[in-house]
Amino acid sequence: MARYLLHVNGREHEIDAEPGDSLLFVLRDDLGLTGSHFGCGEGQCGACTVLLDGAAVRSCVTRMVAVGNRTVTTIEALSSGPELHPVQQAFLETEAFQCGYCTSGMIMSAVGLLKTNPDPSDGDVARLMNGNICRCGTYPRIVKAVRLAAERLRGGTSTGVRHVG
Amino acid sequence: MSDERIPVCATPDEAELTVEASSTDAPEPERYEFLEPRRYLFDLDRRNFIRIFGAGLAIVVAAGEAVAQESGRALRGQPSVPGDLAAWLHIDESGRARVCTGKVEIGQNIRTSLTQAVADELHVPASSVTLVMGDTDLTPFDMGTFGSRTTPTMAPQLSKAAATARQMLVARAAARWRADAASLRVEDGVVHHPDGRTAAYGDLVKGQALSGTVAADAPVENPRDWTVRGTPVKKVDGAAFVTGRHRYTPDIVRPDMQIGRVVRPEGYNARLVDVDDSKARAMNGVTVVRDGDFIGVVAPSERVAVRAANAIAPTWDVPKGQPSSDTVYDYLKANPERPEPVAAGSAALPSGAREFKASYRVPYIAHVPLEPRAAVAEWRDGRVTVWTGTQRPFAVRTELAEAFHIPESRVRVIVPDTGSAYGGKHTGEAAVEAARLAQAAKRPVKLIWTREEEFQWAYFRPAGVIDVRSAVDPSGRIRLWEFDNWNSGNAGLRSPYDIAAKTERFHPVKSPLRQGSYRALAATANHYVREMHMDTMARGIGADAVQFRLQHLSDARIKAALEAVADRIGWSSRGSRALGIACGTEKGGYLATAAEVERAPKGFTVRRIVTAFEVGAIVNPDGLKNQVEGSIAQALGPALFEAVEFADGHVLNGTMNQYRLPRFQDVPPIETILIDRRDLPSAGAGEASLVCLAPAIGSAVRSLGPVETALPVQMKV
Repeated sequence: MARYLLHVNGREHEIDAEPGDSLLFVLRDDLGLTGSHFGCGEGQCGACTVLLDGAAVRSCVTRMVAVGNRTVTTIEALSSGPELHPVQQAFLETEAFQCGYCTSGMIMSAVGLLKTNPDPSDGDVARLMNGNICRCGTYPRIVKAVRLAAERLRGGTSTGVRHVG
Repeated sequence: MSDERIPVCATPDEAELTVEASSTDAPEPERYEFLEPRRYLFDLDRRNFIRIFGAGLAIVVAAGEAVAQESGRALRGQPSVPGDLAAWLHIDESGRARVCTGKVEIGQNIRTSLTQAVADELHVPASSVTLVMGDTDLTPFDMGTFGSRTTPTMAPQLSKAAATARQMLVARAAARWRADAASLRVEDGVVHHPDGRTAAYGDLVKGQALSGTVAADAPVENPRDWTVRGTPVKKVDGAAFVTGRHRYTPDIVRPDMQIGRVVRPEGYNARLVDVDDSKARAMNGVTVVRDGDFIGVVAPSERVAVRAANAIAPTWDVPKGQPSSDTVYDYLKANPERPEPVAAGSAALPSGAREFKASYRVPYIAHVPLEPRAAVAEWRDGRVTVWTGTQRPFAVRTELAEAFHIPESRVRVIVPDTGSAYGGKHTGEAAVEAARLAQAAKRPVKLIWTREEEFQWAYFRPAGVIDVRSAVDPSGRIRLWEFDNWNSGNAGLRSPYDIAAKTERFHPVKSPLRQGSYRALAATANHYVREMHMDTMARGIGADAVQFRLQHLSDARIKAALEAVADRIGWSSRGSRALGIACGTEKGGYLATAAEVERAPKGFTVRRIVTAFEVGAIVNPDGLKNQVEGSIAQALGPALFEAVEFADGHVLNGTMNQYRLPRFQDVPPIETILIDRRDLPSAGAGEASLVCLAPAIGSAVRSLGPVETALPVQMKV
């Protein structure tokens, strides 16, 4: 076991873990952040996606030893209080989910994507999010939601939108 | 109106189930849907009523009683087949409605659609209704959530319950005001008198313990008058899913909980020869559990559980010569459960008619729900509580009771809204395993199956062989139809086409792999073969594939879907485009799908899909569109690339990397045409819309070259 200083969602945590432990299990089991989901454990489905220094990564295949000083952002920190992040708001309005198990990973991938590509086409979204699986098949809606969020972010409404309920 | 003793849950009788079966046109109950009989009856006295519900008005949905009234048959003291129709509805002193149903939410959005039905009939906003689902201690017995039965069976029951509650509340207001009930109206949960007086539902039930049962003929709203149903109400608590706040089973944490892991056999039908677990037993905080061939570990953390499981060295004897994905089709035809009374393909050919014969192969496929099987089990005072994602919480309760030799009253199963199932979660493997581990560890235990376990040890959609033989006379009429299905199943076995001489047989086989329900069951395989063969015949006699179908169809609902799709894809003006089309009916849904494909370096690619779907009166248009689009995207997998490869008792492609699933870039533009029939009862919509995709694609690809008689669709090389 080794001691790691982990920067997660704006806070520092001292964690005892094996170098080979996956970031996903540390987040879920040690920090209680269960919004990132286990889907495959092979980095193939994207349900566990989090941001590492702002870039979307598969936390199930990210080893603790590889995290280093980088900051980790999970779905839990994307919004605070009643304000949703524009990507969350767009998923909610478009109802871009059915069972919802892939949704937090989809949203984190979309947030990562929009940081580097603020105006993606349908094809760009499909290509850049091809590593995320939605078994319910809501892909067309997710593409719509990501583009709606992109439009709003470009329009300067990035401070978030009040959500109802 | 109030009653000292109320039957809370009663059983519907066989007559009702028979009607149900024939109305869905199934030749016999689908064998892969685990329709096991069970009895369940109990009563609540007034004290329990208050304890369970609190003050208010409770409406009990007791379908058996309602049917008995209708048919004049007694309910009690006679054997009956229980159904999935019982439910409770309660209105509390704040005017909120709480509905308890054993149905579960697995992404098909019934938490929302059932909420709509109740809100509509009660005349309250959807936000005033809460559904308690899939908790065996809080909800009445339910067979399970499968077969697209919630909308056609549970929704009408809840509608009647809510309508009855509204009438009772209006009657109470009328009595209070000495007014004519017919002169009162209800808006947003408030009864209004013409003179301006008002009484909220909550006020009308204050301090009361009122109850009522639902008459079979309780009047409900005409779909033309719906105000909450028929509108795109958003998913209940959708915000919990976009924020990661929703707790799926793998997210549940209990005080002092530990993590479990199961050591799996080396292959199917393996026998444990020997095991050395000494290293694992020596690990700090690790409990090793051995019970027959079951080997598991419990540890304080996932990392230790994995290490302990890996430290166990079992020796397994895996039988040699088990069928493989290459040999399974011969195996299925050679191993029917019953001897064949009549040889398939033996009917006499009508004179002058042209014969068409083919044999199709359908592989096993995996459900791959993104939430793998998981359970959290906790024992206390000889009772066990298990949280698990299953479509059949009451059946899992029975599994647990049997596994641990305890009465069902000491087992509680709770199903959090689940990360999908698609027919793949009828069983309780993880629940039983977690409970066994928790029993040994004397602490709550969480067990989450790995993806590899899910591929290897869950069950599959049945593989099958389907032989089809037909004959067409010189006038273009089909004169003979022989359809023999080995192992796939009988859902969708019957052809909807007008053919005088039809023989359709399902031949059960003892499957070499574990198999069970899959969204739409065998309707996918049977529609694929039937519609591909319709295309074969049309091509063979030089007929137009749409006209050829229409000439053999008298079902106006299928015709409407077929014509709508043909029109939208531009069938009559297709020119050189490679188009394919298919139509059918399943589980009360009527549909047609058309596909456009084009050549690609590796065969073909799908450019466009159009699908028309009619399920009676549409409850939630946006929710339905979501289900239809999603089912098409999901069905692209089995149509284009999904197949389980196996040999020697092992799955050979049991990882997400090897087992290809539909992804963003696989999905072409999907156009949906939803036909709203407010004059017809609503059917379930979560399954049927996927059954015509594969034959639409397969017949389109034939315009590019010969196609294998198999799923997935492949061009002959």
